[in-house]
Amino acid sequence: MKITLFIPCFIDELAPSVGISMVRIFEKLGHTVRFDESVVCCGQPAFNTGCWKEARDVAVRVVDRLKNAEVIVIPSGSCGAMIRAFYQELFEGHPKQAAALMLAQKTFEFSEFLVDCLGVTDLGSRFPAKVTFHDGCHGLRELRVKQQPRELLKHVRELTLVEMEDQTTCCGFGGAFAVKFPMISTAMGEVKCGSALQTDADFLVSNDSSCLLHLQGLLSRKKEKLKTIHLAEILASF
Amino acid sequence: MSSSFENEFRASATKLTADLRHRALIRTSLKGYEKNRDEKRAGFQSWELARQAAAEAKWEAVNHLDKYLLEFVDNLNKRGSKVFWASTAEDARNYILNLAREKKARTIVKSKTMTSEEIHLNAALAGAGYEVVESDLGEYIVQLRGEAPYHLVFPAMHLTRKEISYLFHEKLGTPETNNPEELTMIARRQMRMKYCQADLGISGANFAVAETGMISITENEGNARLTTSLPKIHVALLGIEKVLPKLSDLALFLPMLAIAGTGQQLTCYNSLMGGPRQPDEVDGPEEFHVVLLDNRRTQILADAEQRDALHCIRCGACLNVCPIFRNVGGQTYGTTYQGPIGSVITPHLRGLEDWKHLSSASSLCGACSEICPVKIELHHHLLHNRRNAAKLDVGRLDRIASGAFAFLVNHPKIFAMAARLARFLQPVHRTVSGSKIDPLLAWTRSREVPVIAKKSFRQYWKSRQK
Repeated sequence: MKITLFIPCFIDELAPSVGISMVRIFEKLGHTVRFDESVVCCGQPAFNTGCWKEARDVAVRVVDRLKNAEVIVIPSGSCGAMIRAFYQELFEGHPKQAAALMLAQKTFEFSEFLVDCLGVTDLGSRFPAKVTFHDGCHGLRELRVKQQPRELLKHVRELTLVEMEDQTTCCGFGGAFAVKFPMISTAMGEVKCGSALQTDADFLVSNDSSCLLHLQGLLSRKKEKLKTIHLAEILASF
Repeated sequence: MSSSFENEFRASATKLTADLRHRALIRTSLKGYEKNRDEKRAGFQSWELARQAAAEAKWEAVNHLDKYLLEFVDNLNKRGSKVFWASTAEDARNYILNLAREKKARTIVKSKTMTSEEIHLNAALAGAGYEVVESDLGEYIVQLRGEAPYHLVFPAMHLTRKEISYLFHEKLGTPETNNPEELTMIARRQMRMKYCQADLGISGANFAVAETGMISITENEGNARLTTSLPKIHVALLGIEKVLPKLSDLALFLPMLAIAGTGQQLTCYNSLMGGPRQPDEVDGPEEFHVVLLDNRRTQILADAEQRDALHCIRCGACLNVCPIFRNVGGQTYGTTYQGPIGSVITPHLRGLEDWKHLSSASSLCGACSEICPVKIELHHHLLHNRRNAAKLDVGRLDRIASGAFAFLVNHPKIFAMAARLARFLQPVHRTVSGSKIDPLLAWTRSREVPVIAKKSFRQYWKSRQK
């Protein structure tokens, strides 16, 4: 299979190892990995701010550039949700609406792609640590990704998964929200970090790096030992 | 450009999010509710199908309001009820004020009605010299404190027993006590007198059953039954969207309201009232007035995209699951209706320009839409409000910022250069991080900044191609 990776802007610059892990994983499974350097962002920041015209300017480019991809995989529930769940509304009445819909149908979040599309749950990974999983809201509620990451973690050798209390409560990142209403974002993040710390895990895992950047920011400020890591990075430990 | 309402919201949010005691109190208060709610939901063969059925019943009602409201009123009139159509809050207030004056009322007792909060009825009645007593315990407590209700279902959830005990001691002269039964009895003794003294009883309504011309009131305390039966005049105030087509719809709505709202199988008292005392009845008020309130609900009705916001049954479930609500508290919103539903409808009821900030103060997690018993797309409507607000004059800055962002990401080479430049400047930023001149202070006040990678993914990819 020719798998096109959609590497969101923040992963490209702030967490490239997530993308690199995905490349290693898909190549191990025998697929060809593609990447279009001209695609930077799905347009969600503008969309969430209510500037739908500007969001469309970005999204149109995504639709055009990726229209020939066989399948597109994104290591982020929120970007995946933007394309799968929100492009339809964004493009309503637009000449590219059909193209956007077609793109949406072949776009997947990383863990759901592995489990639901490739039928893979065991990558031969080994990661000796105690981890707890944070469900990014967009992936959870818009894409219904919940079991897939857990299915994958179950097969990682020497890994123990401990579920935290309030695991489906939002971490407080919310994109621009994190800087528009930082006091609320921080309070929400503190609650989430508290829940994670209570599990006594070594690592806080998620399928969404945007959440992890926010949570790591809080944990580092408090000099906590708990480290954040993306699901792909754990799975690529083989 | 922020409105004064936004400034107040931010100030309150800053204060309350830093109040760890308050955050812990709300979290604890809601734990019992969550456990009970989940238990009772599991009692349904399919809670999701129940939500679908409820959404469809409300869709039918709201999309045919002209038919069902008329049917409701017709049936009410047949029993001698008086119906008043109030277009505005002022119309509703004036009707009730005139009635109180006409009937030479002195004491007015009220059961819980958020709609009366919405039209600021209490202030108008008190201003005209009437004694107004809230009979719902939570409402009574916040009334004594001179506060707005904290939550549309639990008005006093932010208070501890100790605070309530002290309040009663201070305002009523009663001895302090930590015992909840004793506290309840103090309030009860006060209210028993008032039910008998009151000339007018004002209630709300949870539902308005068109088929039978009756209002449905659910409560746990029995205060609504006393409020609506003992005084000679009963006035029910309700929004026009409260309509349900059939009596049998209540078989679905009463349990769903109770479960989503308070985690109960069913609220303790469920009453249906459709008129004054009928010739063959032994008790009941002499007069029954129903005030149907528009107050810009027809504006939401006209908005096909957000019309389903009128399906709301005011259960409060969306507040309970909202992490913003749980961290800033109900009074921070500064509006009658708090939480997600409040953030969705307040711009329609009170103006988008002044209230758009409530729609922005959300991470769009979607927990609200997920729990809503009538499947309102709450978090999507927050996005719709944001989109509508961005088109206004005050949205200019956002449009400029979004335009700049779109340009940057649509020019990948420029984006890559900007990112490398930012990486170069990171050590410089570190020297001002957290200080007053830090441009990223909104982030760095509480969080460390992520380190920009030495080699970006696109650089890695490029080197792979060689």
